[in-house]
Amino acid sequence: MKVSKWLYTVLVLLLLWLFLTGSTSMEEVIAGIVVSVLIALFASDIFTEKGLKNLTPKKIVCAILYIPYLFWEMIKANLDVAYRVLHPKMPIRPGIVMVKTRMKSDLGKLMVASSITLTPGTFTLEVDGDTFFIHWINVKAEDVEGASEQIPGKFEKCLLRFLD
Amino acid sequence: MWNVIVGEILLVIGAIFLFLGSLGIFRLPDVYNRLQAGTKCTTLGAFSTVLGVGFIEPHWMVKSLLVGVFLLLTNPVSAHAIGRASYRIGVKLWKGSVVDKLGEYREGKNA
Repeated sequence: MKVSKWLYTVLVLLLLWLFLTGSTSMEEVIAGIVVSVLIALFASDIFTEKGLKNLTPKKIVCAILYIPYLFWEMIKANLDVAYRVLHPKMPIRPGIVMVKTRMKSDLGKLMVASSITLTPGTFTLEVDGDTFFIHWINVKAEDVEGASEQIPGKFEKCLLRFLD
Repeated sequence: MWNVIVGEILLVIGAIFLFLGSLGIFRLPDVYNRLQAGTKCTTLGAFSTVLGVGFIEPHWMVKSLLVGVFLLLTNPVSAHAIGRASYRIGVKLWKGSVVDKLGEYREGKNA
């Protein structure tokens, strides 16, 4: 367990290093390996909970597929908010709704809350356990079930495949 | 050549969304609605601007993508922090708001 956590941290940090330096010359890569190993020795416990179990092929594919999905949702919602801002009468129906999330882990909740905030028109105002309070610029469902279906529901379908 | 054209299109899209974001801050009625426009339209605006720069200068691409990723990671946190702080110090919702579940929930907890 400890080794798997450590190895996972090294892998992620090394990948980040390679992106940041943007070079594959020997010295850079060796420096990156040394630094990642050192940091992972101290920080792997707080960096990850599950270690290498996060890296099954299915989870990686789902995580990569989630990015274009999130972008598509962001663009759609951006155009929606842009339309409301530009419309002379400003057709907004703002309000704060309560939704329940199905995610169990802290990371899962963070991902859902961030995804909700990233798509314009909704943002997470307050979190209490598995209850989110969301400010919605155009309330379509005031009850808990309806709102849970419409806001976090669409993200959770994807997120549950690679988190929790 | 094509990469410069794609980059410039992305820059224009980014500028349009940044403009819409500031227009939204100007037009919308209360803090929470303004946050919607002010933080979200600017996310896509800033992201496509950064991406456009990456297209125009291809060897910056990896780094501009990384900048974009950090924008996407940090933006929701600050939006949430501003909204939550405003609610806690008692900034009122706009009078046209249809529902305030958080207010009801907090009253239920205090009672």
